[in-house]
Amino acid sequence: MSLLHWLVLSPFILAIFIPFLYKWFRNIHTGWFILPLPIILFAYLIQFVTVGPGFEPVTHSVPWVPSLDINFTIHLDGLSLLFALLITGIGALVVLYSIFYIANKKDEPLNNFYVYLLMFMGAMLGVVLSDNLIVIYVFWELTSLASSLLIAYWFHKEKSRYGAQKSMLITVTGGFAMLAGFSLLYVITGTFSIQEIIAQSDVVINSPLLVPTVVLVLLGAFTKSAQFPFHIWLPDAMEAPTPVSAYLHSATMVKAGIYLVARLTPVFGGTSVWFWIISIAGIITLTWGSISAIRQKDLKGILAFSTVSQLGLIMSLLGLGSAALYFEVAEEGMVYTVAIMAAVFHLINHATFKGGLFMAVGIIDHETGTRDIRRLGGLMTIMPITFTISLIGLASMAGLPPFNGFLSKEMFFTGVLEASTLQIFQVENFGLLFPVLAWIASIFTFLYCLIMFFRTFLGKHQPEKLEKEAHEAPIGLLISPIILISMVVIIGLFPNILSYTIIEPVMNSILPGFEFAPNIYHWHGLNTELFMTIGVIVFGSLIFMNLNKWQETYFFLRERDPLNRVYDTGLEKLVTGSQAITDIQMTGLLRDYFVYMTIFMVGALTMTMFWFDAFTFSIDMNNVAPISPYIAILIALTAGVSLILPFIKHRITAIIVLGVVGFLIALLFVVFRAPDLALTQLLVETVMVVLLLLSFYHLPELKKEGFKPVFKWLNLVISISVGLIVSLIGLSTLALSNSAQFEGISEFFKENAYELAGGNNMVNVILVDFRALDTLLEVLVLGIAALGVVALIKLRLKGGEDV
Amino acid sequence: MKTNNVMLHTISRIVALIILSFSIYLFFAGHNNPGGGFIGGLMTASALLLLYLSFDLDRIKKVLPIDYEKFIAIGLLIGIATGINSMFFGDPFLTQYFEYYTVPILGEIELTTALPFDLGIYLVVVAVALLIILTIAGDEA
Repeated sequence: MSLLHWLVLSPFILAIFIPFLYKWFRNIHTGWFILPLPIILFAYLIQFVTVGPGFEPVTHSVPWVPSLDINFTIHLDGLSLLFALLITGIGALVVLYSIFYIANKKDEPLNNFYVYLLMFMGAMLGVVLSDNLIVIYVFWELTSLASSLLIAYWFHKEKSRYGAQKSMLITVTGGFAMLAGFSLLYVITGTFSIQEIIAQSDVVINSPLLVPTVVLVLLGAFTKSAQFPFHIWLPDAMEAPTPVSAYLHSATMVKAGIYLVARLTPVFGGTSVWFWIISIAGIITLTWGSISAIRQKDLKGILAFSTVSQLGLIMSLLGLGSAALYFEVAEEGMVYTVAIMAAVFHLINHATFKGGLFMAVGIIDHETGTRDIRRLGGLMTIMPITFTISLIGLASMAGLPPFNGFLSKEMFFTGVLEASTLQIFQVENFGLLFPVLAWIASIFTFLYCLIMFFRTFLGKHQPEKLEKEAHEAPIGLLISPIILISMVVIIGLFPNILSYTIIEPVMNSILPGFEFAPNIYHWHGLNTELFMTIGVIVFGSLIFMNLNKWQETYFFLRERDPLNRVYDTGLEKLVTGSQAITDIQMTGLLRDYFVYMTIFMVGALTMTMFWFDAFTFSIDMNNVAPISPYIAILIALTAGVSLILPFIKHRITAIIVLGVVGFLIALLFVVFRAPDLALTQLLVETVMVVLLLLSFYHLPELKKEGFKPVFKWLNLVISISVGLIVSLIGLSTLALSNSAQFEGISEFFKENAYELAGGNNMVNVILVDFRALDTLLEVLVLGIAALGVVALIKLRLKGGEDV
Repeated sequence: MKTNNVMLHTISRIVALIILSFSIYLFFAGHNNPGGGFIGGLMTASALLLLYLSFDLDRIKKVLPIDYEKFIAIGLLIGIATGINSMFFGDPFLTQYFEYYTVPILGEIELTTALPFDLGIYLVVVAVALLIILTIAGDEA
């Protein structure tokens, strides 16, 4: 375990103590106990930042399930460092902000909040620092889980639960697809380690499985990063407390998909399927998100769609830039690296300004009681600091100089313009699409920034529509957004402090082998990009001035995405569909279930036996042990007693006869000298008979079952086939062991039981040592079953009661 | 009608004690001879069941005020704790250790981590068996 492993695990470890800290120090806000952790982690990680081409990647490995190639390997390079810095840095600011945002009230479940937040932080660090695909998957799903728990933090609200369920369903479904994609990658390359897969990227690219692999992996990335049409969960996730929105839904979790795409670019980059899927999905998301944002009336809703569109922007840039890998390290390739650089730069910028804006919106919500732009207005003089924060943040988001958003947007324009001149992947036909859509999206981005700004801060103040008297926020709430917004200004004025320290190592991870000179300029001449920006400002302002006409249109009035209906009806159909299936299946009669189970078992086993041609075995009767008289008598007795069973009318007699069968089998074990089995069988049988006799009193007074003859025969057929298939399996196993192709596993136990586990009793050694995990889980199942019985009987609903 | 089964009570007391001691023997014998946590647990459960059968539920509940639900949790925790123990030494989860020691009176004995693990199983088995049976038997409805 290296320090970096502990870094990933530390949030989980701290989370264990939160309930106690919360309980013991009620008058101290739990957030204060959390705050040091991200700060320490950030301070530790920042040491890796160097000037120049970056540092040597650090790799530490701890075996987890080595036989399946699953190792907890930490790989820290430029890309993961950037994300880890974002997670811890913004994490620290968000925790600080949340201390003031969520009051330390008595009924506020702060312990839940911070446990989920820490769980999320750890999971996210795990995603970006792991090298093993399976480990990434585990952490990936953990982020989905933590996120939906955080969205449902105020779970008494219906909308919170709805949003949580939606985000969970969509991202987890995508995660499953991604797992399938990872498995295909394993099939192709034979390893789960990303670095090893990158080394074999030509094998992956030439594999016939390339397209399904790419599609499946990208499904995971797209659902997580809210790409069209999976973006519908993100606006509903805004039901979460604002610190969560700022953290998960703008700065970190939604960027996990971006991270994955960037991480796998060296593997898949340079193929047309990767290029097209990512760039198209990204550019559509960008356009659709920015257009949807202007329909929103809720400030957080606007920001949510804005996040969707900006994520689309980064995604499309990653797609366009991946073309660089097609040209290897030639001059032509260098041209397209600007897209990747723009993506990385915008990713950082987005985290700063969007985080700041979310926090500013949270402040507005906190101090006025509403986020509805129809009720807000004229807050400029009342909340001057929040106003300044928002002004800078919005200007940066709209792409105005001299802030960092301007720089990355200019690079974005450069990227799409360069890409439209590509001579590969049939870009000739559709290339112009990218700059045009990018330009339209930028106009709408500018427009919603204007809307947010004017409707919130200018115009008439309407105190009668607000729930609280508006005033400036306390200093505690303001620190975090001020820090983030100062970053916006600093990066805007001195972008090159980032370019050689952070951006270059990241670029080296995404495009290995390329050399970069990542200089960022404010002024790059009177070129197309600048004219595009001027066009954006002109057209955006024009539309804004005529906004009143637009606002009555059909499109503007519909706040929710039409895609939501697909999701809602799908969910409804799922429920009714499964209800229908359940109704057919669950008749309420145990007898039926037993019939289903046995038919299924017999069917599956027979099919398997046919499949593997298992009927053609021969048994060498000379090798079989002789049957002694005891055994013959015992077997005859057992068979005889079993045959009597169906004809017994009296219930108690039936129970006792059943017990006799069990004891006879125990005797059989004695004859075969298996004392452990005999003892177990005896005891289980005793306990079972006692149980049946005890519960006899409670058995329902069923009438004498009037079976139709058809069912009688059916039951007979089923029982005979069960007996037949079990005997067949027994015989074929015997034949298999006789044919001596396999050495029975019992040989291993016989030889090693004493040597390795220090016990003479092989059965017990298997139970507690060789297969101890099985035993533990079996006992766990037993415990759950017992609790289930208790729950069913003791907590039974009284007549007419509903859950 | 309340019957007074002196014979049954006396004998079941003695027999339950014998079964109990045998079950404890079985539990400790487990590693080298037939026995172990599962069997020992079942046997303990049947000894207690005998008491429950010959006396009535309420009286035994008064004598043995045991919360079996907690025992399930304790048993599982013991099992997991012995499993995690090995991880501190860098071995996989649930690696068992054993060593031989010479103790003055008893001679050479074997100490193994499988024993506490087995104890966990023992507790769960006793608790599960009794919990299920007593819940069903004590059901009023």
